[in-house]
Amino acid sequence: MNFGKFVERLAQLLPVLLGVTVIVFFMMALTPGDPVEIMIGDSHVTPEQEAELRHDLGLDRPPVERFFVFLGNAVRGDFGISFYHRRPVIDVIAERLPATIELSLVALVLALATSIPLGIVAAVKKNTIFDKLATVGSLFGVSLPGFWFGILLLMLFSVHLHLLPVAGRVGYEFEVPPITHMLLIDSLLQGRFDAFANAFKHLIMPAIVLGLPMAAILTRVTRTSMLDVLSQDYMTFAEAKGLSRSRILLRHGLKNALIPTVTVAALQTGALLGGNMIVETVFGWPGLGRLVVESIFLRNYPLVQAAVLIYATTYVTLNFLADILYTILNPRVRL
Amino acid sequence: MSAVLTWVLGPVSPDESPFRRNLRMFFSSRLSTVSTLMVFGFVLLAIAAPLVAPHDPNETDLFRRLQPPAWIEGGEWSFLLGCDALGRDILSRIIYGSRISIFIGAFVIFVATTIGILAGLAAGYLRGWVDIAISRLVDILLGFPYLIFAIALIAMMGPGLQNILLALIYKEWVMPCRVVRGETLAAREVEYVEAARALGGSSRHIMLREILPNILSPVIVVATIRMAHVIILEASLSFLGLGIQPPTASWGSMVADGRSYMLEAWWVSTFPGFAILILVLAINVAGQGLRDAFDPKFHD
Repeated sequence: MNFGKFVERLAQLLPVLLGVTVIVFFMMALTPGDPVEIMIGDSHVTPEQEAELRHDLGLDRPPVERFFVFLGNAVRGDFGISFYHRRPVIDVIAERLPATIELSLVALVLALATSIPLGIVAAVKKNTIFDKLATVGSLFGVSLPGFWFGILLLMLFSVHLHLLPVAGRVGYEFEVPPITHMLLIDSLLQGRFDAFANAFKHLIMPAIVLGLPMAAILTRVTRTSMLDVLSQDYMTFAEAKGLSRSRILLRHGLKNALIPTVTVAALQTGALLGGNMIVETVFGWPGLGRLVVESIFLRNYPLVQAAVLIYATTYVTLNFLADILYTILNPRVRL
Repeated sequence: MSAVLTWVLGPVSPDESPFRRNLRMFFSSRLSTVSTLMVFGFVLLAIAAPLVAPHDPNETDLFRRLQPPAWIEGGEWSFLLGCDALGRDILSRIIYGSRISIFIGAFVIFVATTIGILAGLAAGYLRGWVDIAISRLVDILLGFPYLIFAIALIAMMGPGLQNILLALIYKEWVMPCRVVRGETLAAREVEYVEAARALGGSSRHIMLREILPNILSPVIVVATIRMAHVIILEASLSFLGLGIQPPTASWGSMVADGRSYMLEAWWVSTFPGFAILILVLAINVAGQGLRDAFDPKFHD
């Protein structure tokens, strides 16, 4: 890809990120309720102490000035103090983020591992019962409310069959010293296969619920693009050369058919971020999504503000990477 | 099915408009017709809720606390789907809950689509700074994952029907706007628009009278598919406790209520969630049918 185009596309990203930051700041700045009063809570403080706290937090300055201070601090990763935890917001978020990343990655892997074979088989066996089942399945996948599906899984596999744990990341007896803070990786690195198995059992239901809508969408995308590829002249030519069906599909078909799938997968990874608030709440998963929902009820606005900004920045960056990826994979497309 | 089709759309005529032809194609699919009828069934249920609901949805009766559905021992046929933790009839609450889901889905999509159409037409037809301003705003709003944006807005404004509507509309208009802008950009170069311009038609006349009627089909398809999405979003917000507040029945909050009673009363969560699934599935199937009928790419 042309480096100049890449830089141009990157430059287009900056106003979007700035706009996102403006919206996040004013969203929270205009929220009813005085942050100082929320912080003080029931404690008895003098008006002077209250004024000092207001000054320390910069709340006595005009909103526009406060925005630039917020922006400068945000760039350095300083999002202020969590009202509830009485610690820097970034530290609280850093503790919970690995759990969310781990869950999202496993959901992504599950979605790709199911949707690609399903989509290919549905295309190859077009208009057969298998194709129709894949179509119905993907329609169900996008129509199932995640929170309800999660509760159904909990009722079946945890409450009735006692096969999987109800909540959390790992059993208390399987504590693993953190290295990457991702339990599956940490337990493998330390040879703790018992902890790995336990962490995986905790992870499997949330990952299925989170990955299902993505798998449904990717199955449709893979099917459509595979059908498109199957109708291309080079596929007929490969067949005429006498290559075997499986070789044609894997060598020529799959390589081209996966371009839209990979791009949509990158876009959908951003969408997983929104879903994890629901999934983490249903499964008591100690990640960032659940922390945000809890913080809303605690009116812990600096944390909500920081988390929304982090989510949005990640989302915009993933979309940008999806664009770049598409261009790299498909040289016919120019940015 | 074909008799119904003829009854609804009249007999086939050779000079039929493309819209009517596509509609006929839509209704010729059994799946599309059934799903459309199901959606209308839900709408009728919502409208006639006071007439069809067997009980007052908010009437509590602690003697019926967690009463099972009629076909399970301890159930009663007058409380077909059982009762929740406050002894309220689950069927009646599902029927009344459909009002919330359908009203929010329809209202948000109607307002957001209207805004999206106007903004998209202006951006695509007028170009220049109008296009730049609208497109940048669209890019910024697309930078937020939808649910997170809605949650952040509700955190700011507080829960409640009016705030949910606003929180969803604030971002939803972006989707139809993108579609309309793209279609308008293509349409403004077409002969009939150039002819209208040559005849001295004002920009407003050309946008609303010439371009809009010709680009409505993709907008209708997008609006239908998005409505399913909005209904799930509302239910998700209510499930998190950020949507419709008690005692008003909403499907999302009913599912949330049942979480505490998973061990002894599976029906409290299961039936409202099932209602969401059926309605959303019907809308999605109808949306897919509309897309297949109205998008020439799918005509083969």
